[in-house]
Amino acid sequence: MSIIQKYNKEAIMDMLSEIVDPEIPVISIREIGMLRDVVISESGYEVILTPTYTGCPAMGIISEDIKTLLEKKGISPVTVKLVYAPAWTTDWMSDTAKEKMQRYGIAPPVHSSCNTIFTEFTEISCPHCGAKDTAMISKFGATACKALFKCNVCKEPFEYFKCH
Amino acid sequence: MALIHSYRLSEWCSNGPILEEDLALTNFALDMLGRAQALLKYAGEVEGIGHTEDDLAYRRGERRFLNPLIAELPNGDFAQSMARMLYIGAFENLLYTELLKSKDETLAAIAGKAIKEIRYHLSHAADWVIRLGDGTAESHDKMQRAINDMWTYTGDMFDMSSEETKLANDGIAVNTISLLPSWNAQIGKVLAEATLTMPTDGYMQSGSLSGVHTEHLGHILSEMQYLQRAYPDASW
Repeated sequence: MSIIQKYNKEAIMDMLSEIVDPEIPVISIREIGMLRDVVISESGYEVILTPTYTGCPAMGIISEDIKTLLEKKGISPVTVKLVYAPAWTTDWMSDTAKEKMQRYGIAPPVHSSCNTIFTEFTEISCPHCGAKDTAMISKFGATACKALFKCNVCKEPFEYFKCH
Repeated sequence: MALIHSYRLSEWCSNGPILEEDLALTNFALDMLGRAQALLKYAGEVEGIGHTEDDLAYRRGERRFLNPLIAELPNGDFAQSMARMLYIGAFENLLYTELLKSKDETLAAIAGKAIKEIRYHLSHAADWVIRLGDGTAESHDKMQRAINDMWTYTGDMFDMSSEETKLANDGIAVNTISLLPSWNAQIGKVLAEATLTMPTDGYMQSGSLSGVHTEHLGHILSEMQYLQRAYPDASW
């Protein structure tokens, strides 16, 4: 066996909990559901990730962050594999992640599951003041996963993480 | 189709009618680019001679691009881009829904990912077509003209090669011809709500299956592929 197993899968998953989504730096890739698995074999360590959106430009940065972190701890060789099935969904986001997101100023996805995009944008609370009286400015924001809203009470604009 | 349509949509960057629309169109362009990346990566693997997704995007000659012609047409005005997005979105929505059932696990997985995004693209285009069609006299006229102008290029999306037919029979690809009645019905519904007239079937432009394109694809590729052609293997 060429790889000396210093760490087991769970220990590596724990280490990777440090890696955050660069667009929402308070949430780890584990909490958001992107980190799917770590496979340890004779040829090395394979980290399995699933992208939130197919064109998510953060994937490259996240893959590099993972390799750098693990290699710094003497874990190598590391490969990062992208899988598309099962398709990522906001349902995998933990409640802790949603709370952190809210505190960070992004309204978390409201529905537990969403097959229709037409009813989604009706009941979003403002992450700043909690008011329910909000309005959608645009279904699309600075990143593919977010929509733009404004609060009619505190007048602050905010982002909403869309159900997906 | 995802790669070339993505390219066209990204040309709207900083040219959208309003900032929110600029964001929406570039979001879609990114979705499509991601999808193209996944599909071309897999195509390279299946081909088995070491081509990466970048090789297939940046070093493939024009005649080897098989995207439906509608994707490469110039953006035109906003109505024309929305008419195109409606036609393509309705087609892709049907195509990728069927592809979810593909016996090829990778294709089914990519479809599972893409379909969520395609629903957004379709609903966004339909919203605009309805809003402009059922808007002022001027917006109605422009939207109707766009719907008519793009129509001739819609038939090409449903054409199938013998290879595709074989793959469809094997349960891997989709028989696109069978999608046409549902596509017609969906487009008809949107256009009726938009108070627009659905074009009647007539001459349909074709050629993409054999790599015969409009003059526009060459112009896209000369820009898109410039860097890898001038500085092969350049990377950052």
